[in-house]
Amino acid sequence: MNTLFSVNNVTCGYKSGFRIQGISFGVEEGSFVGVVGRNGSGKTTLFRAISGDLKLLSGNILLQGESIISMSLRERARKIAIVSQFIEMSNITAEEYVLMGRVPYRDKFQFMDKKEDVEIAHHYMNMTGIYHLRNSRMSELSGGEQQMVAIASALSQQPILLLLDEPTSHLDITHQIRFMNLVEKLNQELKLSVIMIIHDLNMAAEYCSSIVMMKNGQVITQGSPEEVLTYQNIEAVYDTVVVVGKNPVSGKSVVFPVSQSNINEVSR
Amino acid sequence: MNKSAHWIIYVAMLLAVLTVTVIVSLSVGEISIPFKDIFDIMADKESMEYGILAYIRIPRTLLGFAIGGSLSLAGAILQGIYRNPLVEPYTLGISGGASLGVTFAIVTGLHLLNIMFLPLAGFVGSFTTIFLVYTLSLRKGVLSVNRMLLTGVMISFIASSMMMFLMSITAVENIHGIVFWTMGSLNESNTTMIVSMIAIALISLVISYLFATPLNALRLGENKARHLGINSNITIRILFIITSLLTGVCIAVAGIIGFVGLVIPHITRLWVGSDYRILLITSFLSGSVFLIFCDIVARTIISPNELPIGVITGLIGGIAFIILLSGSRKNSRII
Repeated sequence: MNTLFSVNNVTCGYKSGFRIQGISFGVEEGSFVGVVGRNGSGKTTLFRAISGDLKLLSGNILLQGESIISMSLRERARKIAIVSQFIEMSNITAEEYVLMGRVPYRDKFQFMDKKEDVEIAHHYMNMTGIYHLRNSRMSELSGGEQQMVAIASALSQQPILLLLDEPTSHLDITHQIRFMNLVEKLNQELKLSVIMIIHDLNMAAEYCSSIVMMKNGQVITQGSPEEVLTYQNIEAVYDTVVVVGKNPVSGKSVVFPVSQSNINEVSR
Repeated sequence: MNKSAHWIIYVAMLLAVLTVTVIVSLSVGEISIPFKDIFDIMADKESMEYGILAYIRIPRTLLGFAIGGSLSLAGAILQGIYRNPLVEPYTLGISGGASLGVTFAIVTGLHLLNIMFLPLAGFVGSFTTIFLVYTLSLRKGVLSVNRMLLTGVMISFIASSMMMFLMSITAVENIHGIVFWTMGSLNESNTTMIVSMIAIALISLVISYLFATPLNALRLGENKARHLGINSNITIRILFIITSLLTGVCIAVAGIIGFVGLVIPHITRLWVGSDYRILLITSFLSGSVFLIFCDIVARTIISPNELPIGVITGLIGGIAFIILLSGSRKNSRII
């Protein structure tokens, strides 16, 4: 496997003083990387660095060996697509929203959408199962549907790397699983590389091929879910007592929480 | 029916309505001129009707077209870059600055030296405000949208206080001029001024179309637009400067005509949707129709006297806006 994307010794941060420091990790072609860590551990800051919203203070980020800092915004938009946690509640239709994903490919004086653009948009709307909602306004859709529209729009950018910023955090389990299955399908069938910030450690264990664990603006460890999601690592990073077991069907790790009274019971 | 067919129909409808409004505007007045006679009259340069048409009604109508279109276009663009439907050229303090400039010119008697000093003072006033709002909102090279809005409102307050101060110390006869100017009027017979105004309006419309895609992307938020390859920061800056200059010119020519830039793009958006490729041209044309219509009302309702057009636009626009706000959920949601 070749390294598609690498973050090398990156430091960046905000005026308020918070910064991520000396972050390094690699993403292999076709992998599905989960980024985990407590709130405020720097996951979103890392994403802002990758998406170019935040200037790097040091280090570099390479995509296919090319620094993303030296790419134009347009060039970057053709290679990296981002789905954020929050979607602007604008008064536009789902189809219009998805078509916006074709903006990086639009010619300078192109006025109408090309036939090809519409076909690509419709293709991904079918794939994400939202084609029937194409004429609905974004603000009328449920949270889960909005996320699917956002994914379809990101796919229309035809990126080689998809960044997902906690897209499932406010969805119910039906939509969470549906969403994760879709991402898995994109990852496996389209060979699309994915980096996803994810709160639910069990989802991360079940779906990701590799996990980056962060704490206080630094990467604590990176590796396969089995390597990273040990009870020692989780207790160290989350400051919480857990038990790690195995999913009887998939064989992947499962993290069990243990309540304080049960801990007291055991230790008595 | 596909999107472009819809769009062509929207534009065709507006052009038809605009034509009717222009005809009415040329015909109606103290002396009524039937439409079928207009061409004969234009050939007979000796008649009184020719004078009325050539020196009063045609210039007013053309000015209404250019200024209504410009103000509405500026409003549509500003609402796009601020992603706030309550923004219009006047919310940003531009009119306050212009009024202060004009008040200053009248109080100091500058307008007696040359009549062109009055619009010039208005333009200088509005441009100073734009410059102030812009620089005060710049933080480490990044424009803060909320800061711009608040700075604009505050500058309006400061300008109106200073205006009241100037009005309280000046001679009574000056006050009439100040008040009349601040209420706005399309009464302008200087041909050069009218031709330039039309040229500026149409050029601005063309330029705005170069930014249709960035404006569309900005509907998804500044960050999302950047992720789609649009340089949000530069787009917002350029568009802010263009719309401010456009508003400054309108105020300099016609005084303060409020609400066109707020209400018209808003209603147009409810009608044609928020895609800027159609919204820009339809906002422009709707603004033209609205202002020409308001001018017809202003000069006929208490004929032979004439109401300031700002009174009409304020009344019609403000009431329409309140109805929209308190109306169905569909309309109020986008506020």
